[in-house]
Amino acid sequence: MTMSFVPSLDVRGLAYAYPDGHQALFGVDLTVERGERVALLGPNGAGKTTLVLHLNGILTGGAGTVTVAGLPVGKEHLAEIRRKVGIVFQDPDDQLFMPTVREDVAFGPAAAGTRGEELERAVTRALERVGMAGYADRPPHHLSFGQRRRVAVATVLVMEPEILVLDEPSSNLDPASRRELADILRSLDVTVLMVTHDLPYALELCPRAVVLSEGVIAADGPTGQLLADEELMRRNRLELPFGFDPTARPTRNPAAH
Amino acid sequence: MHVPDGFINTPVCAAAGVVAAGAVAVALRRARRELDERTAPLAGLVAAFIFAVQMLNFPVAAGTSGHLLGGALAAILVGPGTGVLCVSVVLLLQGVLFADGGLTALGVNITDMGVVTVVVAYALFRGLVKLLPRKRRSVTVAAFVSALVSVPAAAVAFTAIYAVGGTTSVPLGQVFTAMVGVHVLIGVGEALITAATVSAVLAVRPDLVYGARGLTAPLKLRVNGELVDAPASPAPTPAPAPAHRSVRALWAAGLGAALVLAGLVSFYASASPDGLEKVAADQGIDKNVRDHASADSPLADYGVSGISDPRVSGGLAGVIGVGATVAVGTGVFRVVRRRSAGGDDDRPARSSEAPRETV
Amino acid sequence: MGAGHAHKLYRHGHSPVHALPPHCKLAAVFCFVLVVVSTPRTAIWAFALYAGLLAAVAVLARVPAGFLLRRLVFEVPFVAFAFLMPFVVPGAHISVLGVPLSVPGLWDAWNVLAKGTLGVTASVLLAATTELRALLLGLQRLRLPPLLVQIASFMIRYGDVISDEMRRMSVARRSRGFEATGVRHWGVLAKTAGALFIRSYERGERVHLAMVSRGYAGSMPVIDEVTASRAQWTAAAALPAAALAVCLLGWAL
Repeated sequence: MTMSFVPSLDVRGLAYAYPDGHQALFGVDLTVERGERVALLGPNGAGKTTLVLHLNGILTGGAGTVTVAGLPVGKEHLAEIRRKVGIVFQDPDDQLFMPTVREDVAFGPAAAGTRGEELERAVTRALERVGMAGYADRPPHHLSFGQRRRVAVATVLVMEPEILVLDEPSSNLDPASRRELADILRSLDVTVLMVTHDLPYALELCPRAVVLSEGVIAADGPTGQLLADEELMRRNRLELPFGFDPTARPTRNPAAH
Repeated sequence: MHVPDGFINTPVCAAAGVVAAGAVAVALRRARRELDERTAPLAGLVAAFIFAVQMLNFPVAAGTSGHLLGGALAAILVGPGTGVLCVSVVLLLQGVLFADGGLTALGVNITDMGVVTVVVAYALFRGLVKLLPRKRRSVTVAAFVSALVSVPAAAVAFTAIYAVGGTTSVPLGQVFTAMVGVHVLIGVGEALITAATVSAVLAVRPDLVYGARGLTAPLKLRVNGELVDAPASPAPTPAPAPAHRSVRALWAAGLGAALVLAGLVSFYASASPDGLEKVAADQGIDKNVRDHASADSPLADYGVSGISDPRVSGGLAGVIGVGATVAVGTGVFRVVRRRSAGGDDDRPARSSEAPRETV
Repeated sequence: MGAGHAHKLYRHGHSPVHALPPHCKLAAVFCFVLVVVSTPRTAIWAFALYAGLLAAVAVLARVPAGFLLRRLVFEVPFVAFAFLMPFVVPGAHISVLGVPLSVPGLWDAWNVLAKGTLGVTASVLLAATTELRALLLGLQRLRLPPLLVQIASFMIRYGDVISDEMRRMSVARRSRGFEATGVRHWGVLAKTAGALFIRSYERGERVHLAMVSRGYAGSMPVIDEVTASRAQWTAAAALPAAALAVCLLGWAL
């Protein structure tokens, strides 16, 4: 198959301005190979979320191209693209819009035409992968924040995506939930693009990182190396937590290699 | 103003139900035009907002408080179709989940509070926005006037429904005076809050106010730190220049004054049988009206010894006056709708992003 | 006002009334109220029978009387209105303890109070025995336009989220020493309402993005369906059928 030579994600010269006139992207170039886990770093307002919304064709019409697994993002392949690109949004309340967890996870495959037993099986499997199978009939607003985030991941996993895009996955999580989510993400066998300014989390989960600044990619390289570049970090308003040494060997990072 | 079961007779409830169903059907179609397939989530969230904002109490004085009804606000912020849907859904759920408002009176409640409020408010708002100069302030003024009139208009509609199908024998004039009187006062509060809310939204996200327009700038690429034009930049759309500002301002002042007075006077008119005709003849009468207001509190002798003939005739004059207001409003609404169907003049700012959103 | 998780009227339980499909219950309550409002006001005994019927349903549903009575507060504004009627309605007057009361006014007050109270009680029983989600499915089953059901469903899903945001904004205001006491503070409260609208609208846009990201193309996929057997319909029909018999008797006598 030629698919294995095609990168999961290929972004070329992407520029975009919002209808209110604010321009967020000024020519982004980014390639993510199959099976890679890449951290997308950058300060607030760098255009990270805008870039994410281009990946499954929610925002289009600016300049440049986005290609997902060889398929150009555009009107003709939209349904296919949206199945291949699974976006987990920052606020799980936005993502979990159905009355119960089960219906929420079922929403995607049901919209794609899956019904009955098969749908039920897919939902159960996805909930098991995030350890939430016991909560299927609960309304989302009865869950804790960490549980809601995991269900949000399940709603995307159930689609068997080519690339999983996570927008600030560790935000608002307590340390235990953070750990649980990291374990889940490591156990998945998909390409991951993780938007974050949680630098230790990026180092722990992603061997490669790119820095988005003022609407362009300002740096691209191994995560540890980028984080150790103090000048680069300072210029892009990225600060490591006090006492954190990116060059030290991580003690728990089995999947980074 | 939630009407309970048994207050309006069954045939009229059924008729109001048919009217409400028809209006909701029209609103569904129109809302799809306003929001595309974003209708369900956006209208749902706006309905949740209306529901929440009705819980936001505005202290009046000495421990009493009122709250926003939200029909005018919804109409102005998200458009008439979505507005009718949001208010109707709120009323439906209040009836089914909270037993607030009778189930058989649901049609009456939706027609009255959902449809009349929203349609009157939006028709007036669009009329005024078209007439007033293209400034942020005009939108606020238009929001104020339309909210002010929309609440008593709902009271008038209620009185009309009561006149046809009321099960009690409280004299019509008295119902009218009480309903419209109280609701003019409520309308003033509604108008102040609606206008302030709309102007607050306008200051932060002008593109979210249905009817306001956004401007787009050409795309740039950052190449070696320099900004250059992107190849596929869409042409900026300049705002149409406001023509004949002085004529428009004159019209606006006239229409605004007439409508405010029609709304306010309908209830002062009960104390002065010929008040409305005077207003119609001479728009410089507001000083006169204020005299009436201070001389004769509308509720001062309400419900004591029945109702004297001049009051009835005054009330009827008010019915006719506000009825005419509603009719004019509906006419404006029709014209606006037809124009929006024909050209893209009435399209909201949001629609400018439609070609970009391939959803 | 606190925004609870579930809606405030629902009482969890496993009674036969709870077990009925939602659309049967909705239809039954609606028909019951329709019958009640069509009953002549002079048939006082008929209203007593209706109250008895509702009491029987409440017992069957194991909804305590105290719960029902507390929920009748929704009626308070109209009770006040009804109490005015004997004073404002013209017609023959009788004197009660020296206060002249209008006879037609008393009948009007009785009419509105009796029918209104029965209507509210029936609705409260429905809401107390039916879950939110089930009510929506029931409405959908009763052919309410799907878009309307979706809007209602989103409103319920996000009602609490938005009320919470409103409460947080209020806490933030008060933490900075602001206490709304009168009309001159309306500007601040209106700004709150404006900010709340923007947040709600933007959340609506984000929810829409999340939906289209998972393949939404304008219509909700069918995931759950409610169905009712003939026996369930018959059970639900018992209430309006009994009421109808009472009503017909009321007209005949």
